[in-house]
Amino acid sequence: MTTRVGPPGALAGWLEERRSALGELRRLARIFARSALSLVGLGLVAAFLVVAAAGPWIVPYPEDARGSVHLERKLQPPSAAHWFGTDEVGNDVYTRVILGARVSLQIGLIITLVAALVGVPLGVVAGYAGGALGEVIMRVTDVFLSVPALMLALAVVGALGPGIVNAMIALSLVWWPGYVRLVQGKALALKGEAFVEAARAVGTGRCRIVFAHVLPNCVSPIVVKGSMDMGTAILAAAGLGFIGLGAQPPYPEWGAMISHGRNYLPTWWWYSTFPGVFIYLTVLGFNLLGDGLRDILDPKSRG
Amino acid sequence: MLFGLLCITFAIARVVPGDPARLAAGPDANEDMVETLRAKYGLDQPVPVQFVRYLRGVLVGDLGQSLRSRNAVADDLLRYFPNTFELVTLSLLLAVALGIPLGMLSAVYKDTWVDHTARIVSVSGVALPAFWLGLMLQLVIALHLGLLPLGGRLPLTASPPEPITHLLLVDALLRGQGDTFVAALRHAVLPVVTLCFPALTSIMRVNRAEMIETLKQDYIQSARAQGFSGLRIVTRYALRNAMIPTLTMIGLRYGWMLGGTVLVETVFDWPGIGLYAVNAAVSSDFQPIMGVTLLIGVNFMLANLLVDFAYGWLDPRIRRPGGA
Repeated sequence: MTTRVGPPGALAGWLEERRSALGELRRLARIFARSALSLVGLGLVAAFLVVAAAGPWIVPYPEDARGSVHLERKLQPPSAAHWFGTDEVGNDVYTRVILGARVSLQIGLIITLVAALVGVPLGVVAGYAGGALGEVIMRVTDVFLSVPALMLALAVVGALGPGIVNAMIALSLVWWPGYVRLVQGKALALKGEAFVEAARAVGTGRCRIVFAHVLPNCVSPIVVKGSMDMGTAILAAAGLGFIGLGAQPPYPEWGAMISHGRNYLPTWWWYSTFPGVFIYLTVLGFNLLGDGLRDILDPKSRG
Repeated sequence: MLFGLLCITFAIARVVPGDPARLAAGPDANEDMVETLRAKYGLDQPVPVQFVRYLRGVLVGDLGQSLRSRNAVADDLLRYFPNTFELVTLSLLLAVALGIPLGMLSAVYKDTWVDHTARIVSVSGVALPAFWLGLMLQLVIALHLGLLPLGGRLPLTASPPEPITHLLLVDALLRGQGDTFVAALRHAVLPVVTLCFPALTSIMRVNRAEMIETLKQDYIQSARAQGFSGLRIVTRYALRNAMIPTLTMIGLRYGWMLGGTVLVETVFDWPGIGLYAVNAAVSSDFQPIMGVTLLIGVNFMLANLLVDFAYGWLDPRIRRPGGA
């Protein structure tokens, strides 16, 4: 801290007050501006969940998701009957995009949950217990973090063979290190906090400290990361689908649909365009929501 | 680190469910042929022996052989990597050249329309699927407007320059082939823009946040009080300090880009290691995948090392003897 030489007496007090009042106002204004975006995020995520839940009941041609063939109406442009047009076997693109929300939700949830379930315990062990085991865990984590996740996932799917289940296995396998890093850092910091030391001093058991003191304080950053990761995981899975290593046709997965539609550009542009818009809106929603959650839950780590 | 990486690539190759020897021999091969191949690739040895063989191979630059094309993976990588390097470097340069000024602008004009626009773009950047963005750029700019080529590295009619550095753009310049240079550059525009967009937006985001913090510091106030011009304060004093977290982000994004090339090269049919890895992955050809993973991992580590050096250059406090 530097010592500030300011104007004496009342003036200093008034200036200080004004400055903090201004600062407070600015802070509130900033949070408000942010929360407008957070609200958009919340809205997008809510819409996505509703669409994923209600999918089969709100689509006009539910049978098109399973790959039925209506050659008489193939590759039609968007119209009242087919809002997003039809694909090369006459399936309604709107139907398939809407039902794709379900697939994406599953993919995102599974990858994020598996990653958190693997990463969080390892992070707690590495951060709180430390020792040789902690060291080993962090080394392995660092190695995994040294290869871009998508590349590593590609390698794993390449080895396992293409398919939606293998894509999810591969992405879960490369996704956990982020959680280890996050939780390890947090647990390490908490270890030195007075309330944890106090708990230790009164003879609280290790397990109890971890479950009652360390983990609850890690929840906020995990929730924030989880929300962001839902979006990123959906994006990554769509990427694998696009390459042809993820979901296989006629499974209504957005990335795979874009990849197929690619062969019909530019004349039949609607085929690739609409699934992409849905990926974008979904990932945007989860990201904005994550940002908003961070502002509320974990304002210190705002980046 | 490197050893760990080698363990991972080896482990990935080991989980191949099918029998690589049978795969290489083709569907019509009889048992004898499969056994011969198995012995040839050392696949009949115990796993630790295979691992040691693999390590020894990597040390002398032997990354195995593509089961599909029978090419040595190391040769393939040497052929394709310069293209990827060009793509990633141009994208990173563009991302830095645009991201940092935009982040600065956003911070200086905080909470004005400049800032709001920049932030909306930056939020979008992370959420847009790169492959879809690439397709849409192809659709609008290449197919509808016909402004730029659809994909590939050079038009079929162009003759590539005699290699010197193996970087096509550099070689074309060195050989004085202006036409080839322009053609190659035109082919590079769309992939570079696609790959750089997410990086650009996250660099911008970090730079903005850091600039806002830095501009609040006491020494900036005192520089203002001494009457330095706003531009000088922002570029000379504030930017330098805001650069450290921004650099970390640049390092991270470089790694992301190397992964992202997989998708972007697929969309634009760019003959780099990403496309090479995808083709190998689709046909379960595991040696090339191991090679690419290793190469990208090593690159990423090198990039992080460079970032560490750059820290010291930017911030003398980090430059301690024997320190990081």
